[in-house]
Amino acid sequence: MKKNGIFARLGLLLTMVFLYAPILVLIVFSFNDSKSRTVWQGFSLKWYLKLFDDSRILNALVTTVEISVLAMIVSTILGTMAAIGFFNMRKRPRAILMAINNIPMTNADIITGVSLMLLFVFAAGAFNATLGSLFGVEIRLGFFTLLLAHITFDIPYVILSVLPKLNQCDPNIEEAAQDLGATPWLAFRKVVFPEIRPGVLNGAIMAFTMSIDDFVISYFTAGSGASTLAMEIYAMTRKRISPEINALSTLLFVVVLTLLAVVNIRSAREEKAAAKREALLRQKN
Amino acid sequence: MKKKYLAIPYVGWMAIFVIVPLILVVGYALINRDGQVTLDNFRTMTQYLGAFTTSFRLAIIATVICLVIGYPVSLWLAREGAAVKRIAMIAIMLPMWMNFLLRTYAWMSLLENTGIINTLLKNIGLFDLINRVFGTQLSYFPMINTPGAVVLGMVYNYLPFMILPIYTVIDKIDPKVIEAAEDLGAPPVMVFRKVIFPLSLPGVLSGITMVFIPAVSTFAISKLLGGGMTLLLGDLIEMQFYGSAYNPYLGSAISLVMMVIVLICMAVMNHFGEGEGEAVYF
Amino acid sequence: MSKELIRLTNVSMVFDGETTVLDNINLYFNDAEFLTLLGPSGCGKTTTLRIIGGFQKPTSGDVFFDGVRINDVPPYKRQINTVFQKYALFTHMNIYENVAFGLRISKTPEDEIRKRVDEALSMVNLSGYEKRSVNSLSGGQQQRVAIARAIINRPKVLLLDEPLGALDLKLRKGMQTELKKIQQQVGITFVYVTHDQEEALTMSDTIVVMNEGRIQQIGTPIDIYNEPKNAFVANFIGESNIVDGVMEQDYSVSFANRTFECVDKGFARKEAVDVVIRPEDLVISAPERGQIIGKVESVVFKGIFYEVMVAGETFTWKVQTTRAPAVGQLVGLSVEPDNIQVMHKS
Repeated sequence: MKKNGIFARLGLLLTMVFLYAPILVLIVFSFNDSKSRTVWQGFSLKWYLKLFDDSRILNALVTTVEISVLAMIVSTILGTMAAIGFFNMRKRPRAILMAINNIPMTNADIITGVSLMLLFVFAAGAFNATLGSLFGVEIRLGFFTLLLAHITFDIPYVILSVLPKLNQCDPNIEEAAQDLGATPWLAFRKVVFPEIRPGVLNGAIMAFTMSIDDFVISYFTAGSGASTLAMEIYAMTRKRISPEINALSTLLFVVVLTLLAVVNIRSAREEKAAAKREALLRQKN
Repeated sequence: MKKKYLAIPYVGWMAIFVIVPLILVVGYALINRDGQVTLDNFRTMTQYLGAFTTSFRLAIIATVICLVIGYPVSLWLAREGAAVKRIAMIAIMLPMWMNFLLRTYAWMSLLENTGIINTLLKNIGLFDLINRVFGTQLSYFPMINTPGAVVLGMVYNYLPFMILPIYTVIDKIDPKVIEAAEDLGAPPVMVFRKVIFPLSLPGVLSGITMVFIPAVSTFAISKLLGGGMTLLLGDLIEMQFYGSAYNPYLGSAISLVMMVIVLICMAVMNHFGEGEGEAVYF
Repeated sequence: MSKELIRLTNVSMVFDGETTVLDNINLYFNDAEFLTLLGPSGCGKTTTLRIIGGFQKPTSGDVFFDGVRINDVPPYKRQINTVFQKYALFTHMNIYENVAFGLRISKTPEDEIRKRVDEALSMVNLSGYEKRSVNSLSGGQQQRVAIARAIINRPKVLLLDEPLGALDLKLRKGMQTELKKIQQQVGITFVYVTHDQEEALTMSDTIVVMNEGRIQQIGTPIDIYNEPKNAFVANFIGESNIVDGVMEQDYSVSFANRTFECVDKGFARKEAVDVVIRPEDLVISAPERGQIIGKVESVVFKGIFYEVMVAGETFTWKVQTTRAPAVGQLVGLSVEPDNIQVMHKS
């Protein structure tokens, strides 16, 4: 293919400006010494300090992390099991189950959220009217329903990142391990799992980020019992617009940047090692 | 083998948390407050035809803009060297790691009447100039709380979803295929029309899907940038579940209709893209 | 001579209740034997191997190992190891760990592991490769690692599923001799699956020719080549001219519009038979001295011989000869009675 001309380069540059200018402005004004989000009045960290005093935000942060970690753990385990199960099924049932699995991903978030909300409200209502009233317990939408919803929309991503690894796996390695004396469980632990581990890890990371990032589904399934960071941000932008949000955005962005940098440096290193191996191999042949 | 039974817990999970909820949506859509089976919800919905048309209009506009920007950007990106590609892809993905509410919020301070853009234009004397020439009393451009701002918010939030699949597909095209076309005497325009574009269609289709679905169903973007002036489907649904208008029956009916329309759109589109290979999902 | 090790009796395999993959297989093999299951793809040879290895259970029939029925013994409890088609090496382990895997599972002491891994690697000429990663090895080397890994547990039987299929021709030839050498060195039974008849003829003590889930013939390579039992075997092993004939009486068969003397007997009178003649057994002569007369259709140089197609009255014969006739020339073909193989129609 031919190389890019000045026009194309300019186009790419403008796209980058479009993508980053708002974020940059956001970050700059997080350090502004006034409530104004348009006029610069000097450097200050006061919005950051205020942020750390905001118990609502801090509580929401804790809830978000708890939900994300728990949802990640459960969905990684369930999803990996399901991927292995799907992989060992015949074509037809697998196709049907994969189609259902894809529903939460292809459906609009709001529909997933609303439908789960209906389920939770319905189930809670049914429970409270029967068993609940019997024992004097009342179920309400909150942390637990939020967790169920997160697991539901996380698992498809785990499955989608584990399945390709299973496909890549030499179908015989598990048999090879058993052939050499490993019980089925040992064969899985020692041979199959190490081979699919990158997919499982990737799935876990994806599940975690999806959970951290989610707003719409949480909004409909948390009821009044729990609040995530994204929900808190929504509430703030709706009511009390303040540079606190800028400060929060900046912090989150820095965290994401650092995480990405770490992951990227690691994978770059791995790529380098792989390239080296390849070169060695080529030399030999 | 018995390994397929490992899927049982998740199959059960899907039944409870994917299938049953959708059945509930259908069920709620078909009953009223008193639990009677009725089509009233769909009749009431006709009052909100405006929200349907606005939603689809804005989502289609946003999708088209994303495509018009995203396609050439993907094409240009694919032509860059490996190092530029890598950095540019990270740069394009990066904003997606920021919550979309924050990204949307970022535009609020830019678009406000006393926001940065208007302040900037004022400071360079643009409004004075216009007022002098046209005799107007302009002190700002109204940008926020307009349908335009909503579309901008959609484009800004979902543009990477358009670029990513298209770029991935174009980048995977074997350069030898293009060389072969050139070798056979095809001029660049022809190479694009006959080789690159058809091969990139699966990416375009999944890009359109990934932009259109969240755009047509959004409620937060319209709340933040439209200021409640533009009522979208998402807002309408949200109002039925959380708000003074609490009416999950109507909300379910609207959700159902929206889901069906979107499904039909996707089916029609995928039908056109058939035989072009599978769409790429992330 | 040596004692029987594995026996399959009336083994059948039906997939999904409809596709019959194996149809009543009866087979045994001895200790320290090199046995090859030979046949075209889909003939059931790999399924037979997997049943012996324990990866699949036969729909009916029994498998015996050393006289004990092992139908329900899982693979990890069988004294049988396998070299898989695409090696199935563990890519997350280095060469040493791959080979040591079987010993680690059985919790063998570390110094014993080291000794035996060294031994196994030197047997496959890979000493010094311990620390290398699987992906840094060539196909042939990976093949050797797979063999070393499979023999480390000192199995009684080694199953090899088309182990040389992925290698190029030259490497394959080298590995054939090497495999045979390893087999003799460790002195265990090799059950080898291949679709390559030449490979089978070169390496085996016994060949089992299979087709469509049935055993066609069991015998030594020489038996199978010289005395194919039916047209399928004749056609599959080496090249053959197979024509329709009629058995006139004992020692007399007619085909190509004339009657030939032959060495076969015991057929019904006037039984329709298949007659097989190897291309190298047909001799070209002057037309008047031949038993069959034909016109040379084509002559192709094949390296050590010419392949000549001779169109006779009823059949176009394939002949291998070292002296090429001219295309279009009329020639005679003759064949010795003991080179005519008569077999029942299958």
